[in-house]
Amino acid sequence: MTSAIARRRARLALRYAAATIVTATFVFPIYWLFMTSFKTPEEIFASPPQWYPGSIQFQNFNVLFLDGDAIAVWNSLVTAGISTVIAMFLGTLAAYSLARFKTGGDNLAVWILSQRMMPPIAIVFPVFLLYVWLGWVDSFIGLILLYTAFNLPYVIWMMRGYIGDVPLELEESAQVDGCTRWQVLLKVVFPLVRSGLFATAVFTFVFAWNEFIFALVLTRTEIVTYPVQVTRYFGGQSNFWAKIAAMSVLGTLPIFIAVAMMQRYLVRGISMGAVKG
Amino acid sequence: MTDVTLSGIHKRFGAVHAVRGVDLAIPDGEFTVLVGPSGCGKSTLLRIIAGLEEADAGTVAIGGQVVNHLPPRERNVAMVFQNYALYPHMKVYDNIAFGLRARKVAESEIGERVKRAAGMLSIGNLLDRLPRQLSGGQRQRVAIGRAIVRDARLFLFDEPLSNLDAQLRDDMRSEIKRLHRDLSTTMIYVTHDQIEAMTLADRIVLLRDGRIEQMGAPLDLFERPATRFVAGFLGSPAMNFVPARLSADASVVEVDAAMLAVPAGRRASLAGRGASAVVLGLRPEHMRRFADGEQREGVVRLGVTIELIQPTGSRTYATFRLAGVPVVAELQAHDVNRPNERLDLGVDMNRAVLIDPATDRVL
Ligand SMILES: Nc1ncnc2c1ncn2[C@@H]1O[C@H](COP(=O)(O)OP(=O)(O)O)[C@@H](O)[C@H]1O
Ligand SMILES: [Mg+2]
Repeated sequence: MTSAIARRRARLALRYAAATIVTATFVFPIYWLFMTSFKTPEEIFASPPQWYPGSIQFQNFNVLFLDGDAIAVWNSLVTAGISTVIAMFLGTLAAYSLARFKTGGDNLAVWILSQRMMPPIAIVFPVFLLYVWLGWVDSFIGLILLYTAFNLPYVIWMMRGYIGDVPLELEESAQVDGCTRWQVLLKVVFPLVRSGLFATAVFTFVFAWNEFIFALVLTRTEIVTYPVQVTRYFGGQSNFWAKIAAMSVLGTLPIFIAVAMMQRYLVRGISMGAVKG
Repeated sequence: MTDVTLSGIHKRFGAVHAVRGVDLAIPDGEFTVLVGPSGCGKSTLLRIIAGLEEADAGTVAIGGQVVNHLPPRERNVAMVFQNYALYPHMKVYDNIAFGLRARKVAESEIGERVKRAAGMLSIGNLLDRLPRQLSGGQRQRVAIGRAIVRDARLFLFDEPLSNLDAQLRDDMRSEIKRLHRDLSTTMIYVTHDQIEAMTLADRIVLLRDGRIEQMGAPLDLFERPATRFVAGFLGSPAMNFVPARLSADASVVEVDAAMLAVPAGRRASLAGRGASAVVLGLRPEHMRRFADGEQREGVVRLGVTIELIQPTGSRTYATFRLAGVPVVAELQAHDVNRPNERLDLGVDMNRAVLIDPATDRVL
């Protein structure tokens, strides 16, 4: 009996050890990134490497703000934020139409999703030429519309699933109870798909936040986004490690915050379709 | 005044012709039950009245007003759904108040009316719970509460009891009947369960394949079915149908070797057909154990061999064969004690129905 307990303990210890190694492997680069952003140049290039900076100093961040590089984070926030709001709004309505009015039958939904599978690189130059003609290169409207277009299929596909899981009887009951279609959406459908809505919004936001190809080709100076800005620090002769680290930290924070705030909904939203309540 | 008039209603779902020409006038305050086998179009008809489906043809009038083009919210009807359709994210109180809020009733009045409705259904202690914290029976009460709180002019029920177990179903049935007595609102109730239909209805509308087969007061339909389908649908255990022959003068029905005399009063209407094949319809309760010396007009003696007995306590169902088909008779508990017993039954030919096998209509 005692040996059974001992064996169980050993197995548990082994599991914890494995979990710790895996976690450390994944967390280390992020740790290193954060530490580097607080280091002085000497500490960054010290050999052997220093595990943590001698003191917390914000010089690297100061430089970003003084040089005006930090505006890239703001540009990213604007493009990702606004395109997410538009894509969620339009996408959810379209999804409702697909789910409830069977708009376009089953085929339209699949066709819409297939748009998402197009490799961006395949259309980036045609889009560039179009934008030159429209005068949208290096403008918020150009990037926001493009990200909206790219995220719409994903939003429609996800929301169509979540809305389809809301029992139709609930909507019918609300209609008989005196609601207009809009009121049904606001009072019954949206509250019931809230988790899915937030989970989808986070993924949409993250896509736009991390998007690189379009941002690289379609921005110049005015609305450079943060991923594009970071690449500018990879110089031919020397890399600005301090700036790269500080900028990357700035760029990671919004995602951290978004995910932390939405965690509750994320978990539920992702598992929602799986378990019917 | 909330009478409901349906005229010439048709509804197709693609190739399925679900409702095929229904004309129906429901007077104010009546409890009407739409009953029929699954898939006969009951729900579709109810949903057309509610405005949840649009009829392909025909008109729906509620309280004298044609409502075909009104959305559900403007018809001022309340509906109770089979799966309760409670809003899972709202407490019981908010579920019941939902329809009042949608109609912009003042909060103070809402509070009063919710309490009154909850009181009528004894769910006053559940108002703070979420639907998932309720049992099936409690959910059903909340769903009914949500309907009655609104003072709608017409109540629609779509199989509201079919998800409950037998005991609860009986309780809720009486409760719904009591509600109708107290509110005297016009109610239309859909069910596939003939016992619910019989017990609740002022009037039964029996549907089959999207058409009205027959309608009338429950006992009218039960005692004077117009077709074999109606005769077989109402009653449990169901009516027995036995192939037989009617003599030319309509004086006897011949089943196997047995000759069952037709009561003198019924012969006139049956004569003139000539000798012909008929189906004899006998309800289980139209057969009794024959007592020696009994002489009742229209009761004929029939010797049978019992094959199967099913005691229920108060009654015993005995199965025997007649003209090759199994026939169930409802006897007193101790009338028959073991299988293979020979028994003389008295068959009440006053109440037996004769059906034309070609048309399935009752003669
Ligand atoms: N939305 C729908 N789409 C396609 N067919 C339907 C739809 N609703 C009902 N039907 C069909 O119409 C017929 C009647 O359905 P219904 O009114 O629900 O029957 P009941 O309530 O009497 O069981 C059935 O054959 C059913 O399959
Ligand atoms: Mg039905």
